[in-house]
Amino acid sequence: MHSGILYSLGQSLREILTSLIGVPILVDLLMTIICATILLLIMATSALVFTLGERKICAFIQVRIGPNRVGPGGLLQSVADMLKLMDKEDIVPRGIDKWLWVLSPILLLVPSALIYAFFPFDDGVILADVNVGLFLLIAITSQTILPFLMGGYSSNSKYSLIGGMRTVAQMLGYEVPMVFALMGIVMITGSLKMSAIVEAQSDVWFIVLQPLAFLIYIVTALVESNRPPFNIVEGESEIIAGPFTEYTGMRWALFFLAEFSNLMCIGILTTTLFLGGWHGPDFLPGFCWFWIKTLLCVLFYQWVGWTFPRARVDSMLSFGWKVLLPIALINVLLTGVGIYVYNVM
Amino acid sequence: MDGYATLGIFFIMALGFPIAPIIIANIIQPKQPTNEKDIPYECGVNTIGKNNVQFHIGYFMYALVFLLFDVETVFLYPWAVKYSQLGLFALVEMLVFVGILTIGLWYAWKKGALSWK
Repeated sequence: MHSGILYSLGQSLREILTSLIGVPILVDLLMTIICATILLLIMATSALVFTLGERKICAFIQVRIGPNRVGPGGLLQSVADMLKLMDKEDIVPRGIDKWLWVLSPILLLVPSALIYAFFPFDDGVILADVNVGLFLLIAITSQTILPFLMGGYSSNSKYSLIGGMRTVAQMLGYEVPMVFALMGIVMITGSLKMSAIVEAQSDVWFIVLQPLAFLIYIVTALVESNRPPFNIVEGESEIIAGPFTEYTGMRWALFFLAEFSNLMCIGILTTTLFLGGWHGPDFLPGFCWFWIKTLLCVLFYQWVGWTFPRARVDSMLSFGWKVLLPIALINVLLTGVGIYVYNVM
Repeated sequence: MDGYATLGIFFIMALGFPIAPIIIANIIQPKQPTNEKDIPYECGVNTIGKNNVQFHIGYFMYALVFLLFDVETVFLYPWAVKYSQLGLFALVEMLVFVGILTIGLWYAWKKGALSWK
């Protein structure tokens, strides 16, 4: 039923484990743990690579050189940064709400890691292909709002509080258009399963059928992951670093790990939902197409981020509610009429 | 294994993933807290007044409007999944539902809940 190198690799690993252990439920458990570890490693590696990539691309766009001292061509810069952040003193500011403050960076990383379970990397290669996949994915992504608010509220700093409030307003405002935009895809597919959504794009990618939704998704994805030009949450020139002004060392690093992991996630989601996932011409295996598309999407998002100036908070909020939401509603209407006409004909 | 059980295991692992580096960092980092170092940051000088400032009422208005729309999207998703099997009735029903949504949006717009004051 499934084909592809990754799927057969997984199957042969399962056979080896079955012959070694024999108990089916233990084999399942071990397979899950192995796959989850691989996903977490992908996430951590992507953060390391994208930190360097971001600085290099930013430097290229701004006609600078960028990091070029550590390792050949600055390749080891993010490793050096990580080691430096590890042994930085963890300053605990006065008057904080200790529990919320400590939990905030930890809880921020959990949803960003958890959504990797819903990504179909290749034919049949998906950790949890549950039947409410897309819905659960949206629900888990929106949980990132809470840790930002916790961090901002508990830090006992004016910048943090304002930053936390901005995060909530921004993410709430852009979540509604995003959910409405993705509704068109669900209407065409008739399923919320991630694998079914990719399967439905074997002939025509959804970027062709849902161009309006694609444009809305690009904007909302940038906002939801706090990428520039919509990074008013941490607008350096306005509110220092927003909700994580008071965090130092490893805790601060976790916020950035989550940010770069989210960058990867929006790249993967754009690929999966609009660009056909692992579908592509036959001369390359599916997962190669998946990663090529994903990395191109990430490059595109970084390009956008370093090209446009930061949006102002008031114009950004009214753009979400007064422009994107009506367009998203019109998209749902058009899709509904379109599917009806297609079915009648 | 069932997809939700897999998710549960992954959740526990994802919870451990950020805790491990914090513990490692706690072992190797220096700890020299001083009085000045622990002051919350405010442009490099001592903080002025209360730090837990009041926030703008506009945020609350956005949250209220969001709540309404989010509940409605939750109701629309089951409809979207079954849409192509339901035919004309579903289309008309959707027109009515989205029409009510639009009136709600228009009302919030006119009341000024969507503009930053």
